[in-house]
Amino acid sequence: MNGLDIWMRENPITYVVLGSYAVAFLIFAVEIAMVRHKRKITLQQVRLMRDAGDEE
Amino acid sequence: MAINWFKYSAPTTFYGLAGKLIPWFGISAAILFAVGLYIGFFVAPTDYQQGEFYRIIFIHVPSSIISMFLYLIMAGYAAMGLIFNTRLSSMMATAIAPTGALFAFISLWTGALWGKPMWGAWWVWDARLTSELILLFLYLGYIALHASIDDPRRADRASALLAIVGSVNVPIIYFSVQWWNTLHQGSTIKFSGTSMHVAMQQAMFITLVACWLYAIAVILARVRSIILERERHTKWITELPEVKN
Repeated sequence: MNGLDIWMRENPITYVVLGSYAVAFLIFAVEIAMVRHKRKITLQQVRLMRDAGDEE
Repeated sequence: MAINWFKYSAPTTFYGLAGKLIPWFGISAAILFAVGLYIGFFVAPTDYQQGEFYRIIFIHVPSSIISMFLYLIMAGYAAMGLIFNTRLSSMMATAIAPTGALFAFISLWTGALWGKPMWGAWWVWDARLTSELILLFLYLGYIALHASIDDPRRADRASALLAIVGSVNVPIIYFSVQWWNTLHQGSTIKFSGTSMHVAMQQAMFITLVACWLYAIAVILARVRSIILERERHTKWITELPEVKN
């Protein structure tokens, strides 16, 4: 058994929470941030296009 | 009063509806995650064989189920876009793919974390694990193929074919534990009943619903950006309050 094996058996709840739930919620947080960023960028592009159309 | 559902198959009407639904789905998901994890960690008893490690199932099982169902929904939307040439169907398929890929990744990741203490290995080339890995690759392939073609309508058609062909993998994932002699265990919850403790069932069901609500919220938010991007030349987009400001 290596160090990680021993640690996970001594701290199963920490292993489960940090290894799976923390990672899953971090992934969700990154996905939400990416979706919000995409919307911000898309809105900026649409506004720029609208402004360019107004000037013509 | 009858609701005309076809009305919401047009991006113009669906955009507003999606915007109204996102907070409801998002907030409900957060509440249900909190309730489900409370039951999963503080109410559900310790498993007599797996100890505390079994608590991974409250995220592993929902993410596995959702990764499979999202693929079928994505393939369904892609097929509708291909057959009926409906704009919103293809946009929905494009919006579903990243969320499906993330759920497939979470399923594999949490499975590996469970596998190490239970099987003594992070990964084995088991039929269930391998077919789920193929599902992740199918999602990534769909995203990559769609992104590699500049014309969105052509990209929709090409990637729709991949989505439809790839859907054959979903029943393979589901039935792999019955068709082959796998290390991965079979279904614990069956139509005939289950041997799981009631608190474990409740926690798993609640986190499953929470994951569904989260997935719907994030997909609706993504599809709104896709609608904005693709319909940017239309008059209704320039008249939206968020574009005017």
